[in-house]
Amino acid sequence: METLSSSQGETVRRIAGDLKGRPGPLIEVLHAIQAELGYVPPAAVPLVASELNLSRAEVHGVVSFYHFFRSTPPGAHTVSVCRAESCQAVGGEALAAHVRQQLGVDFHETTPDGRFSLEPVYCLGNCACSPAVMIDGRLHGRVSPERFDALLSEVDRKR
Amino acid sequence: MTSTLYVPRDAGALSLGAGEVAHAIAREATARGLELQLIRNGSRGAYWLEPLVEVATARGRTAYGPVTVADVPGLFDADFLSGGAHPLSLGPTDAIPWLASQQRLTFARVGIVDPVSVADYVVHGGYQGLRRALALSPDAVVERILGSGLRGRGGAAFPTGIKWKTVLEQPAGQKYVTCNADEGDSGTFSDRMLMEGDPLSLIEGMTIAGLAVGATQGYIYLRAEYPHAHRALHQAIAAAYQARYLGADVMGSGKRFDLEVRLGAGAYICGEETSMLESLEGKRGEVRVRPPLPAIKGLFGRPTIVNNVITLASVPTILHRGAEHYAGYGMGKSRGTLPIQLAGNIKRGGLVERAFGLTLRELLYDYGGGSASGRPLRAVQVGGPLGAYIPASQFDTLVDYEALGSIGALLGHGGIVAFDDTVDMARMARYAMEFCAVESCGKCTPCRIGSTRAMEVIDLLIEGRETQGNVRKLEELCELMVQGSLCGLGGMAPFPVQSALRHFREDFGIRS
Ligand SMILES: Cc1cc2nc3c(=O)[nH]c(=O)nc-3n(C[C@H](O)[C@H](O)[C@H](O)COP(=O)(O)O)c2cc1C
Ligand code: SF4
Ligand code: FES
Ligand code: FES
Repeated sequence: METLSSSQGETVRRIAGDLKGRPGPLIEVLHAIQAELGYVPPAAVPLVASELNLSRAEVHGVVSFYHFFRSTPPGAHTVSVCRAESCQAVGGEALAAHVRQQLGVDFHETTPDGRFSLEPVYCLGNCACSPAVMIDGRLHGRVSPERFDALLSEVDRKR
Repeated sequence: MTSTLYVPRDAGALSLGAGEVAHAIAREATARGLELQLIRNGSRGAYWLEPLVEVATARGRTAYGPVTVADVPGLFDADFLSGGAHPLSLGPTDAIPWLASQQRLTFARVGIVDPVSVADYVVHGGYQGLRRALALSPDAVVERILGSGLRGRGGAAFPTGIKWKTVLEQPAGQKYVTCNADEGDSGTFSDRMLMEGDPLSLIEGMTIAGLAVGATQGYIYLRAEYPHAHRALHQAIAAAYQARYLGADVMGSGKRFDLEVRLGAGAYICGEETSMLESLEGKRGEVRVRPPLPAIKGLFGRPTIVNNVITLASVPTILHRGAEHYAGYGMGKSRGTLPIQLAGNIKRGGLVERAFGLTLRELLYDYGGGSASGRPLRAVQVGGPLGAYIPASQFDTLVDYEALGSIGALLGHGGIVAFDDTVDMARMARYAMEFCAVESCGKCTPCRIGSTRAMEVIDLLIEGRETQGNVRKLEELCELMVQGSLCGLGGMAPFPVQSALRHFREDFGIRS
């Protein structure tokens, strides 16, 4: 297991310290860590456990239960493609195949150059405008393969 | 003169470019030396017209849509700020037939008000329900909810008044009001639209619930996939505190109610109420064995109301306009109105709030306009990923809890996903089991292992291998999951599979 950099350790300790007085704080702490570091480093688990007076197994159990928490650093951009029924009804699977091909990775993977992470998502609540995709927290509706390519090059330029 | 314009901040409208349109309008106005008040409202729910831009005129609000950035200079040229004619002109918003024919009680303000302005909320009838509730005893408030016939809109359709009564009857002490805003069902987005378009009605509903049962703390459990709703809730809660509608002295009554948002982390099962409570406590979202009910031992072991967003947001109108008024809508045991969500392969998708009792056909064709692809509709899935598939031959079924139940389907959270005749129902059945396998909390074997086994059997059917034997195996697995699962995920994931097997046999290679 990689160790935390000193600034990462600092961050984790500060967040846990700030939130530990709240009722049932673990998930809030993990959200805050991921918001700042981009992921929940496995080496942060023992630190969070000791700060919140929980066992390592409890903290690890929560991190691994929730799809949203990641234990590896994300790419510079995160692309989430909806795989649920409403999007499937209007070409969502073809779009998913296109996205995988364009990025050259499968779901749950990050491109080797670290530019993009690809994640599946099961409904973005945009089902009246399917198929839906979220890129870095921005929602897009009625996404055709062509529109996806345009969105991708737009984000890539911004980097 | 300053003109007032409305461009939605709703996530769905933004996903179609509403943000860029709002910027373009502001830029163009500056360039032309015009003064604008640009209000970022919720969506009216007519997504095929989004981005829908509205202008306040002397004759009421006038709509233009769908507007793109390229249309903006032309709209100014056509003097749309005074309601001028333009090819995108839709006339008075309230007269658009798709909207005019709806019966909006819960969504009365969505798309109309500035979602994070308490003043605007109050002008449009907001906080009348809470005012009424403060003048009543807790028993009388609960009595009104009972009398309205309101049933939970999250899926299980349990009478809300009975739940509240149970919490009220628990000995005084710490109690909680929790709002289930996990909205995990695919094909549904009414919770999201309400939280983005009129979050104060949810806040008011939760405050009334707190007063009614003696709870001073509320939590909204919001799914992490809804960042726009998160922002709107944050702003609205802050505004409500500022105006003393939340906090130590609600509306000068001397009563306290505090409210905060907690984020989920991408687990469908956390929409199940006991799993949601575990997650609110910061733990793995594993389902609790019942009894005890959450109303008796809920969050942190204390008596807790768990209600869906739409359930709670319907409370203010019930208190304000009376239980009889609400119960006057609907049919049979399904009282009031339901915000129905039209999704999937549909021409005019969006939110339709109507009294219970429309047919699926009216929704799919009169509102929905048929498929988006122009091909015949073959099936709909009602009630999310655990809901049954309904064939076109049953489109005359009424949207009502009991009517759908009688054909082996369920209404759930009111989402309808349409499929045209290119759909492969064996693949949809496989997906239902794949989803269950991905989202299972792992506590019981029929759900965790059964779903994976069922997926493998459906794969064999898709390959056309040993159809007869494998169909029997699949039916047995489904039965096992229905009978042996602890909660609705494993217990209902077979519904889409069983209904697909029953109505679309040919897709599984069964010769009948
Ligand atoms: C697997 C599963 C997922 C659920 N997901 C949700 C959900 O996302 N939102 C919701 O309000 N209810 C959901 N429910 C229903 C809740 O358990 C519960 O009945 C509801 O929140 C109670 O509120 P209501 O009475 O206002 O509907 C789900 C149930 C199951 C079994
Ligand atoms: S049925 Fe599935 S999701 Fe529900 S408790 Fe059992 S394993 Fe968990
Ligand atoms: S790890 Fe499951 S969604 Fe990415
Ligand atoms: S099913 Fe894709 S956004 Fe809802």
